Amino acid sequence: MKACVIVFPASNCDRDMKVALEASTGSPVDMIWHRETDLSGYDLVAVPGGFSYGDYLRCGAMAARSPIMKEVIKHANRGGHVLGVCNGFQILCESGLLPGVLMRNANLKFICKDVELKVERNDTVFTNGYDAGQIITYPAAHHDGNYFADAETLKRVEGEGLVAFRYVDNPNGSADDIAGVYNEAGNVLGLMPHPERLVETILGGLDGKPMFDGLVKSLAA
Amino acid sequence: MKAKVHVTLKNGVLDPQGKAIEHTLHSLGFEGLNEARQGKFIELDLDETDADKARAQVDEMCKKLLANTVIENYTIDLEG
Repeated sequence: MKACVIVFPASNCDRDMKVALEASTGSPVDMIWHRETDLSGYDLVAVPGGFSYGDYLRCGAMAARSPIMKEVIKHANRGGHVLGVCNGFQILCESGLLPGVLMRNANLKFICKDVELKVERNDTVFTNGYDAGQIITYPAAHHDGNYFADAETLKRVEGEGLVAFRYVDNPNGSADDIAGVYNEAGNVLGLMPHPERLVETILGGLDGKPMFDGLVKSLAA
Repeated sequence: MKAKVHVTLKNGVLDPQGKAIEHTLHSLGFEGLNEARQGKFIELDLDETDADKARAQVDEMCKKLLANTVIENYTIDLEG
């Protein structure tokens, strides 16, 4: 699996993502600056967490209009896989690749803690390393993780099985406890909590590792 | 020509910051306040002098960047 990580000004989980991906792929993962315009040859494009452009205007709004995102959209449209975590999830929603939007946490507080998540389905390349219904723990660290979509969109998201993860104990007011969603084709996933932060026992656990191992298993050339 | 853009949350979209403002105004003793909603104000200085063309340009800016129409409405006022 050939993977890359997009880097925006003020991305700050980009190196964690690279380390997590490299541990699973066993090969180097490229870092792609947001002004670059070529993503050909990659199986997986990761959009990492952080505070791109200082969260100005809306979280992810500026990054979603940067040159590389046109290529990320092209990559997704030709069936390439995209993983967006935290700010990456916000950017994918702002770019229109994923339905809905991430709003300010309902209690207005920055949340920085481990959260329990239910894996909704395991028939995707992102979650085949888990069991459907399995409860896992990922670290969450966000101020704007309150998932919102209008009633019609939410009905479609639920009806088409696009929910990837749900919070066991909703920390931020997200509609239907949604922590992560897929696009319709299932090749794009965005989620607020951080799988890349739990891939080594020395850092507290391995709950994130099956996502990256599963991607490698599914997307290995 | 100047354009003033107001971006506001759509009705029914939870506005926790507006709620916090409302609660604080109540705690300061202001009475008769039913609700506070928070939005954004963006002022644009444009070369365009034709009002219709300016409005069309700013409308495009709102759709492409200034507002997220999933949750926000916007209004455009032109001056000059």
